[in-house]
Amino acid sequence: MSNDIRIKKGLDIKLKGEAEITLEQAIISNYCTIRPEDFHGITPKLIAKEGTQVKAGQTLFFNKNNEAIKFASPVSGKVIEVVRGPKRRIDAIKIEADKSQAYFDFGKLDVHGAKPDTIKDYLLASGCWPFIKQRPYDVIANPNKSPKAIFVSGYASAPLAADLDFALQGKTDELQAAVTALSKLTEGHVHVTVGKHTNSPFLELSGITLHTVSGPHPSGNVGTQINKIDPINKGETVWTVNPQDLVIIGELLLTGKFHAERVVALVGSSVEKPRYFKTLIGSEVSTMIYDKGIAKDAHVRIISGNVLTGKQIDPDGALDYYSNVISVIPEGDDYEFFGWNKPIFNKVSTSRALTFSWLNPSKKYDLNTNTNGEHRAFVVTGNYEEVFPFDIYPMQILKACMYEDLDEMEALGMYEVAPEDFALTEFICVSKQPHQKIIRAGLDLMLKEIG
Amino acid sequence: MGLKSKLHNFKEKNRGKKWLPAFSAIHTFLFLPNDTTHGGTHIKAADDLKRTMNTVIMAMIPCLIFGMFNAGYQHHLALGEIQSVTQGFFSPEFWTMDNFLVGFWKILPLVIVSYGVGLGIEFIFAIIKGHEVEEGYLVTGMLVPLIVPVDIPLWMLAVAVVFGVVIGKEIFGGTGMNILNPALTIRAFLFFAYPTWMSGDKVWVHGAVERSKEIAAGANLDAISGETILGSLAQGQQPDYSISEMFLGFIPGSVGETSALLILLGGLFLIFTKIGSWRIMLSSVLGAIVMGLIFNVIVDAGIISEGSKFFGLMNTTWWHHLIIGGFAFGTVFMATDPVTASQTNKGKWIYGFLVGFISILIRVFNPAYPEGVMLAILLMNVFAPTIDHYVVRGNVRKRMKRLKVKTV
Repeated sequence: MSNDIRIKKGLDIKLKGEAEITLEQAIISNYCTIRPEDFHGITPKLIAKEGTQVKAGQTLFFNKNNEAIKFASPVSGKVIEVVRGPKRRIDAIKIEADKSQAYFDFGKLDVHGAKPDTIKDYLLASGCWPFIKQRPYDVIANPNKSPKAIFVSGYASAPLAADLDFALQGKTDELQAAVTALSKLTEGHVHVTVGKHTNSPFLELSGITLHTVSGPHPSGNVGTQINKIDPINKGETVWTVNPQDLVIIGELLLTGKFHAERVVALVGSSVEKPRYFKTLIGSEVSTMIYDKGIAKDAHVRIISGNVLTGKQIDPDGALDYYSNVISVIPEGDDYEFFGWNKPIFNKVSTSRALTFSWLNPSKKYDLNTNTNGEHRAFVVTGNYEEVFPFDIYPMQILKACMYEDLDEMEALGMYEVAPEDFALTEFICVSKQPHQKIIRAGLDLMLKEIG
Repeated sequence: MGLKSKLHNFKEKNRGKKWLPAFSAIHTFLFLPNDTTHGGTHIKAADDLKRTMNTVIMAMIPCLIFGMFNAGYQHHLALGEIQSVTQGFFSPEFWTMDNFLVGFWKILPLVIVSYGVGLGIEFIFAIIKGHEVEEGYLVTGMLVPLIVPVDIPLWMLAVAVVFGVVIGKEIFGGTGMNILNPALTIRAFLFFAYPTWMSGDKVWVHGAVERSKEIAAGANLDAISGETILGSLAQGQQPDYSISEMFLGFIPGSVGETSALLILLGGLFLIFTKIGSWRIMLSSVLGAIVMGLIFNVIVDAGIISEGSKFFGLMNTTWWHHLIIGGFAFGTVFMATDPVTASQTNKGKWIYGFLVGFISILIRVFNPAYPEGVMLAILLMNVFAPTIDHYVVRGNVRKRMKRLKVKTV
């Protein structure tokens, strides 16, 4: 078990549009949208039908397959619309927020005296459980299974990620309450990883195992850290929680209120003044992106999340349940004359095939959404390994997912990975293969067949 | 932008048509497409398969141009019209327009036939199978003219390309799926189907075959001989070329394989651009050196008599093996093909070493055809998946062991 993790393989993608360290209160969003697709593998069973009045923290829907897992409304207001897709699948639940917010009172919980089951039930009832994810399979944690350890990454290395030291400032009490509560749910440790030379509030916490990490992205990915600290074996489960969600859990424990507020970074080369906002989960992004942000009809892509793993949303879309970044980058739907063989100075590349990003490693780039080439079969070998710090063969495991060989997937280390771990290999892929989608499909298959 | 929007409109209008991949292949050759990312990473790195393949072709262009000069030079030299070079790589006797044009008019048709036939088949398969035309043949098409004798009849080349692309690649599923290196499959086909055109002392110099036919018909002319160095050594003769001529490439041989210097530069370029695997190139050279040294030791120990038919090649100083024959070209441009080589980094070391080792082994023990690198690479292509299998099993075992330690 190491306390100092050094990641050598990886790639820092340096982009223009990093957020200034200034925090603004976002305009209060009139509507709050919750999309069940944010919770992978969940079949929602709606409780709050159209017209229902809910308080913040009250259940909107629960998981059909495990009714204990409830999903709460981040605001108080009236459910005005349930958007349904094909086969009446629930796409989104839209809530019109009240002018003055009312919180459902779950009552404070004394985390030191509480029994594990009490804590578990409390988190499940309050809608905080979905913040806890598990590996294998990268889905919301199964409350019936005890994890061997809980991992929190307090260091963000993804392109244009929100600075967690800044975003978590002054939240020491909430974080302490949350980790103390969570530590009772596992027999093992609560591993927290922070960057080097940090003033992270995690440094002041007790009851955690602290690690430092350095090196290029994906050093901040919790999956990378698990692999280096205590890799997952067959039959084992670990839980992961994002630090910004620990704050929400902590506040609930301390005050009894589900206050789904988080610090969100608005970033990207298309944004006039990238900076931090304080806002609620499910808020409309239009409350943030237009003031010193982008023009109304800008030809851009708005992403809830970072540019590697986030979700594309419309300008009238909402912040998703887990993200603390909104990225806005230019769309790249244009042709480029002889773009495949002319020397390239303005794009990132790990090769030197007339691509010159190796000349100036600290240069910041303005990348757009062009794929820079078409989808092909896997041809080039050995390049994924350069950006993939796991002790796993990336191309072999991708191919195993594609030919759906469960034994092979298990043997190659499928229990340890999540789609986001393959974001960098997907970024550099010469054959432009959809790695994250392949891994997600592989995990879903395993979950269905093996469970 | 007239052309850009015209092509775009044409593409949109004909979306879904069966022949569209053929148009797209040309369209995407002119313009990087306007595709945007969906549902994965929102940004992508600059490299695509076209750029990767193009980099390999760029590394081969010097060999191609040198090959054109050399074809003319060997031709004129054999006819006794010029003297051999004296002033190193930039000898004026070599770099003449006359030499170049002889080679240009012989080799350009080889390039055209190779690309025309090969890409034609790729287009047909892309249309039948309804996928885009993949770029794999761009490199193969350039390799093929460089690894055949200069006078090879064009129809033979065409037949071999059809065989190599269809049997060597398409029936396995196309680019990325093949077991054997397509360019070497083409060469192996030529070698076994038309051996008289692929070996001996007549085929390596332009005009030699024609001249021997004229002599047979009764013409009173001197025969042209263009024995390769390996050919001479296999017959126990010392070749009349200096080491520097061998290294620089002023020797008979397949079109592009002669200049070890330019191949070395091409290899360094591929390593620098990270397109070619340095692991394979280095380990292959190591493998060849080890085998060469073993043979030198056998000769020094007196185990083999001077009369033996293997003596000439076994007695070749170990490092000479690296600059004669097709070893250098095969190592840099063919063994490194990512699809048919080992795909794991550890596997690449093993694969490369055995390619070099077996190349020299076959070269020495097969005097009838003293060029081992083609067969060595094809053999190792077949073994590459097995090597990878055991390398990957090592990783799997490590994971199992971790689990066992835990449960105990």
